[in-house]
Amino acid sequence: MKTAGRYEPYSYFQLMEVSLRELLVEKGIVTEDAIAGAMAAMRERGPERGAAMVARAWIDPAYKTRLLENGSRAAEALGFEVPGLKLIVVENTPQTHNVIVCTLCSCYPRMLLGLPPEWYKSRPYRSRVVREPRKVLAEFGTKIPAKVRIRVHDSNADMRYMVLPMRPARTEGWSEARLAGLVTRDCLIGVALPKIPKTRKS
Amino acid sequence: MGGLPAGKVKPTEHAYADWELRVDALMMLLVGVVGEGKRMTVDELRKNIESLPPADYDRMGYYDRWVISLTQTMIQRGVITTDELARKLAEVENRGQSPISARKRRRAK
Amino acid sequence: MKSGSDPDFGPGDRVRVRKAAPLGHIRTPFYIRGHTGVVERICGAFPNPEELAQQRDGLPAQPLYRVRFRQQDVWPGYRGNPADVIELEIFQHWIEQ
Repeated sequence: MKTAGRYEPYSYFQLMEVSLRELLVEKGIVTEDAIAGAMAAMRERGPERGAAMVARAWIDPAYKTRLLENGSRAAEALGFEVPGLKLIVVENTPQTHNVIVCTLCSCYPRMLLGLPPEWYKSRPYRSRVVREPRKVLAEFGTKIPAKVRIRVHDSNADMRYMVLPMRPARTEGWSEARLAGLVTRDCLIGVALPKIPKTRKS
Repeated sequence: MGGLPAGKVKPTEHAYADWELRVDALMMLLVGVVGEGKRMTVDELRKNIESLPPADYDRMGYYDRWVISLTQTMIQRGVITTDELARKLAEVENRGQSPISARKRRRAK
Repeated sequence: MKSGSDPDFGPGDRVRVRKAAPLGHIRTPFYIRGHTGVVERICGAFPNPEELAQQRDGLPAQPLYRVRFRQQDVWPGYRGNPADVIELEIFQHWIEQ
């Protein structure tokens, strides 16, 4: 991960990153290998783990119960290492829709969903979704009927949150993997609903 | 900032630059989420971000804020000194490969 | 980790968030201070983040509650389903009865 020779910091902040990293490596606080390893892990991580947990819950009612009781243990039950994560999974029903935010910073279950999208960390999302969730969801193209109750969860302290969306209709008999493919990151945050992709008639 | 007025949410995606992933990795290692060490808490990271002047906060990118906060925390913790940082910043900049130093050379002509 | 007192509150209790604006790092958002909600669950006890932010150990751990608030109670002129709620984690020392 040597950057000398391809080195091109464009900003004061990038200069700061190089300087801080080099000082910490020189002092033995961190190693370049450890940094590279952590980078590789986060670069690869998408929402697959969260999607797998949802798909399993859709197929297995006992797992769903465990998931709603203790999200972290349910993640571990599928072999996902989530050190220190205190996960609460909240269930969408025909009467209730859930959406997640961190108004204070950008807390997010990174170990299960990967790095958060830019909009999740942005001022507009963090300010407005707590106050006018329906309007913000509509800006994502997600229309929640007025008669459905919305629960907004602000991850302001130690817990982290993930939404368990409702299983779409007409998915009877689908494999777990195929079901997981319906569950996007945005469904797990609560700004989207899982949809069966339209097939093109050839 | 919950409840304050703000504009429309732009559902943008963002491909993380290498330097941003390095900042992210550094945070994970220093806070002890990854690896064996722990040099700071995530609470100090957040506190130092919150301490940024509002105008700076708004014009800085997400990882810009993180790298400043991590650096501040390391100074507060005594892991690095301000003087060490100043010398290192100058050393890195003077390697002459960055557009920052290139701009300075152009202006000096 | 050593814990502070046993939790003072339990699920179903009506609790009000203190209205205060101290300095330092706070994890109780401004918008919820002074409002009343219902305890949804006890999350456990955790070190005080206000102290952790200042390089102190934040012990004894403080009970942390999930508290549910009606949106129409929190936001003047809230337009939406009256059953809409917002749920946050509130540390015991930010709760007054």
